Amino acid sequence: MKKVEAVIRPDRLQPVQDALDALGASGITITEVLGCGHQRGYTEHYRGTKANISLQRKVKVEVVIPDQRVEGVVEAIAGAARTGEVGDGKIFVLPVEEAVRIRTGETGDDIVQHRAPEHWGH
Amino acid sequence: MHRRPRLLAAAAAAGAVALTLIPRAVHADDTTATSAAGVAADTVWVIVAACFVLFMQAGFAMLEVGFSRMKNVGTVVAKVIVNLSISSIVYWVVGFAIAFGGASGILGAIIGHTGFAPQFRPGSHIDTPSLDASTVPAAAKFFFEFVFCAVSLAIVWGTMLERTKFIVYILFAIPFSGFIYPMISHWLFGGGWLMSHFGAQDFAGSTVVHLTGATAGFAGLLLLGPRIGKYSRDGKPNAIPGHSMPLAQLGVIILWFGWFGFNPGSTLNATNLHFADVVVVTNIAAAAGALGAMLAIYQVQRSLDTGMIGNGAIAALVAITAPSGYVQPGWAIVIGFVAGLIVVYGVIAIDKVLDDPVGALSAHGLAGIWGTLSCGLFTDPDFAKFNGVGSGGFVYTHKLNQLGAQALAVSISFTTVFISSFVLFWIIKRTVGLRVDDRHEIDGLDISEHGMWGYPEQFMPVPGGAYIHPDALGGAGSHRAPAPTKPKGPDQTPRKKVEARP
Repeated sequence: MKKVEAVIRPDRLQPVQDALDALGASGITITEVLGCGHQRGYTEHYRGTKANISLQRKVKVEVVIPDQRVEGVVEAIAGAARTGEVGDGKIFVLPVEEAVRIRTGETGDDIVQHRAPEHWGH
Repeated sequence: MHRRPRLLAAAAAAGAVALTLIPRAVHADDTTATSAAGVAADTVWVIVAACFVLFMQAGFAMLEVGFSRMKNVGTVVAKVIVNLSISSIVYWVVGFAIAFGGASGILGAIIGHTGFAPQFRPGSHIDTPSLDASTVPAAAKFFFEFVFCAVSLAIVWGTMLERTKFIVYILFAIPFSGFIYPMISHWLFGGGWLMSHFGAQDFAGSTVVHLTGATAGFAGLLLLGPRIGKYSRDGKPNAIPGHSMPLAQLGVIILWFGWFGFNPGSTLNATNLHFADVVVVTNIAAAAGALGAMLAIYQVQRSLDTGMIGNGAIAALVAITAPSGYVQPGWAIVIGFVAGLIVVYGVIAIDKVLDDPVGALSAHGLAGIWGTLSCGLFTDPDFAKFNGVGSGGFVYTHKLNQLGAQALAVSISFTTVFISSFVLFWIIKRTVGLRVDDRHEIDGLDISEHGMWGYPEQFMPVPGGAYIHPDALGGAGSHRAPAPTKPKGPDQTPRKKVEARP
């Protein structure tokens, strides 16, 4: 099992989610996060005084999947989140030791085998 | 440079309109009947206008809330209500008598000294010499003058947000609404020496209400110091953005609305119809102020700062307050527009040395000074005669005597209020202290002073607002506790029996 963590632009969240749905990997966790890359933010004004905005709003997407699906998921996220401008974010892949479904107590790869969504959308 | 001829043309047009209007107004004044219907119309207008002015408290509250950080908003609204309440009572007990009571001899030039804790009967009159021109009963005069005192007190605190102990609001409100404001009010509204000997014009209180409040705030701010984090070690100012521009601008619009009681109500008269002129002049000045500030802030930072545009409207309303009963709409545009420029450059300049979160020193202080002086430039001689105070301004008379009277009123009022407020704040600082602890300032005054945040749910450390107390939860899978509140059946713990007393 692996966890794919992607820090992306908030406005790219829906395309990323749609791309994951199309792959059949629709179980995701989203966190609103603050962060910055090596550009160190930007400068705005408040009542005539400069205000340094050193942290930008981003969204962190977390997906846990069996090892063999990592490549496809990473490609899908990168493709959907890319604008080509500075600030598109980063993707990290981490190992996961175990997963437990709270409702039933099941464990292992089976519970992170996403299926194509049913009864959703159009 | 084509702006000036256009303004002059506008003013000339306004002047031409005025020539047709003023004879009618004077005629209406001649027929100001003391008939019951006339008195009732005047009284209804004065009370309605007073209620508009009272509603300005909501405007000040929202303006200050919007420019404060989330952790300090509860204290702002609590302060507004407590100060309104304190001044309500103190102004009735002593304030009104000092401002408008019977005044004779040398003492009478300084303060009024009859009519403390006034009693009212339907339609009754008490000795208020300077308000005799109005036919409304004493209770209406009292209430209208009280709401002005409450506005002046509200202005004091805009400079001192986010670090002041709550007790300071209480301790300062009493002498301010009981003595400092009423004394300045007596000098310029109540027949005191500045009004009677020098003919200084202040129709609704650019100096009396706004400059007085801002000056007291200035004195307090000097003793209080800036918020933690406002200035870097090298003295460079940092932005401490407020939490809600929509609330701040709601405050601006409420104040704009309230000003239609503030200025036009100061006629204390509906039947001479002058109040309608004042409404137009007030509105057009506010509009020019917002636009002036918009242009000025764009020139400074190449973006349209929301708060500054609102500040421009407020500054213009403050500036037009003194001349609102004396000038024509064309000049009101000039007065408002200049006030809009003053507030932007004033806020930015003052921000380098003094931490004034809402810009009260500029919007109420500098704009109040400008507005009072502007009477000396733009007062229409016919209106000076109509109101019976002073003479025409420089653009009509080419004389500087009225400007001199205005400058005198500003400097005397500023000096008096500054010294008395500084002494009071100094005493408070040396006894109970002005500032909360650093730790409390960082955590927010809502917690240290009031025990709960102004936005309680926002700060509760449970995501999603889905907090349920553990004791209220049932077993696995249940969101509800198994109704322990109503004892039922014999198996419940029996209630403790009350033993019969011997």
